Amino acid sequence: MDLDALFGCLSVPACAVTQVSTGLIIGMLLFLVASGLSLIFGVLGVINFAHGAFYMLGAYFALAAYQLTGNFLAALGAGALGMALFGAIFERLFVSRIYGRDVLMQLLLCYAFVLILDDMVKIIWGAEYRMMGMPQSFAVPPLFIAGGPVPPYYLFMIGISVVVGGLLWLGIARTRFGKLVRAAAHNPQMVGALGVNTSLLYASVFGVGSLLAGLAGALAAPVRSLTPGMGLSILIESFIVTVIGGMGSIVGAFVASLLIGLTRSFGSLGFPLFVDGAMFVMMALVLILRPSGLFGRQV
Amino acid sequence: MGAGLIRDLGFGAAALVFLLLIPAFGGGAGLNDFLIYVAAYGLLALSLNLLTGYTGLVSFGHAAYFASGAYSFGLLMQSGEVSVPVAFVLSVGFTALMALVIGAICVRLKEIYFAFLTLAFQMMFHSIILTWVSLTGGDQGLMGGIPRPVFWGIDLSGPESFYAFCMVVFVICALILRQIVQSPFGHTLRMIRDNPERAVFLGVNTYWAKLLAFVLAGAIASVGGILLALFASGAYPEFAYWTMSGQAIFMIMLGGSRVFLGPLLGAALLQGLNHYITGWTEHHGLVLGIVIVVAVLGLRRGIADFALDWAQSRRERRDAPADPAPAVSGEKA
Repeated sequence: MDLDALFGCLSVPACAVTQVSTGLIIGMLLFLVASGLSLIFGVLGVINFAHGAFYMLGAYFALAAYQLTGNFLAALGAGALGMALFGAIFERLFVSRIYGRDVLMQLLLCYAFVLILDDMVKIIWGAEYRMMGMPQSFAVPPLFIAGGPVPPYYLFMIGISVVVGGLLWLGIARTRFGKLVRAAAHNPQMVGALGVNTSLLYASVFGVGSLLAGLAGALAAPVRSLTPGMGLSILIESFIVTVIGGMGSIVGAFVASLLIGLTRSFGSLGFPLFVDGAMFVMMALVLILRPSGLFGRQV
Repeated sequence: MGAGLIRDLGFGAAALVFLLLIPAFGGGAGLNDFLIYVAAYGLLALSLNLLTGYTGLVSFGHAAYFASGAYSFGLLMQSGEVSVPVAFVLSVGFTALMALVIGAICVRLKEIYFAFLTLAFQMMFHSIILTWVSLTGGDQGLMGGIPRPVFWGIDLSGPESFYAFCMVVFVICALILRQIVQSPFGHTLRMIRDNPERAVFLGVNTYWAKLLAFVLAGAIASVGGILLALFASGAYPEFAYWTMSGQAIFMIMLGGSRVFLGPLLGAALLQGLNHYITGWTEHHGLVLGIVIVVAVLGLRRGIADFALDWAQSRRERRDAPADPAPAVSGEKA
């Protein structure tokens, strides 16, 4: 415990700005991963245990594309669209075969893919840490906000995550596709009976959820070291975010991600060993006091 | 009931004799170690199935009680002030108390919320182990070895006697679990799983029944942790990490949750695949993953459950050859 360091940092603007910006990018990555997880769970009822592995794969796809083309936008596209395609195929080939079975069977299937994908990455890219490095266009001196240095890439990450989150909300709340998705979450038989191709709908929902994980991985690639198994911790944090925010709520996922991101960045100063513990204490409190989450519908 | 008890005792005794004879018939140290692992993880999976399979409560935090058994037993033995049986009883008692407190909060919640809350408590326990370095050794684990002083004339320092000790403890615990499952209380738990409203109408206090199941499962999981701590001569924070609970769930799903010994089969399979594939290829995750995918997509249920359904449909076809009614997969174990 080093609470003096925590309060010391809070009273110095430069330090506070650095910690806030770190907390925000952790939170934004979490938001992208968790909203994909929550979308898939909300519509398909599947807890995609492999979602963390999808995040990892997105990062490695981005790394490969960047090394091939040297273009960061191509890397982002490879991570996001590559994973969208991967997710849709994964749903059609494997997950769709055990709908209606025990939810735990789906969990076991996804766990098997965590093992497989981690080893595939090990075989293709090696077990050691890989770095992508900051893309050329962002290799500029940091901005100074209230005396605290903030890399421009952080602002780009935050901006793109907010835009994607907004688009996701709009897409679900305002478009025909979103209407179908919400209807399918409510009553898939009726949606099918009305002539909607539910198989295609399910595959695209899984694809969109995977796209979000892949995009998060690609965005993380320049600022994180890549390693097989990097998806494990973000998976468990996404669960926390989903629970705290309320399952199926995008706004809730956003708020909870920020909360967890800031807890991580400030907690690493004040109580480095108990950061995980603090997150789980928050999760337990929410479950005990308001099981449906801060923004979830009351059950 | 009486006949069932005698049959279970007979089966348990036969299994124990078989297990104890394995070293005499050239089992080798490697096989003994493997069976001790299976016994420890088997108790974790079997006890979790009392909640998951029989009561319908999917706990994602069951390894907390496994770890609690390992750590409290290790700490008590390292203090040098108690004998093995006393430390054993105290560790199980402490774990049961912990399960009582956590369970009292958790069993109010349903389904996925229950799963997440048990997970949260387990991870808090894990964080406490990591943070309380002076007591637990933090992320290094409980170092310095766990002494095995002689008690009741039993010396556990030799590998053969230790193996026998583990097998005896395992068989006794499995028999206790079996009796719980077969008792009227066990049938009450099945009713709570299948139709909680009906259970309430019939005057069952589902809260207390679920809480009792939670405490019993936690206590038996702690015995698994004690065996593993003795075997590894230490306790490690990984015992309390969420992946350990995940593995226990996967053992149940792979082996089967409707047959009493299904989770044990799953534990043996997962441990066996882990042990033997690691020696054969460095990509054991890939091989294990593919085996699980094939099992899940091929059988769509646990292996023992699949065998049960297969045997039942065969029997039904034989008994009623003219009736083409499909086999109903029923509850048997």
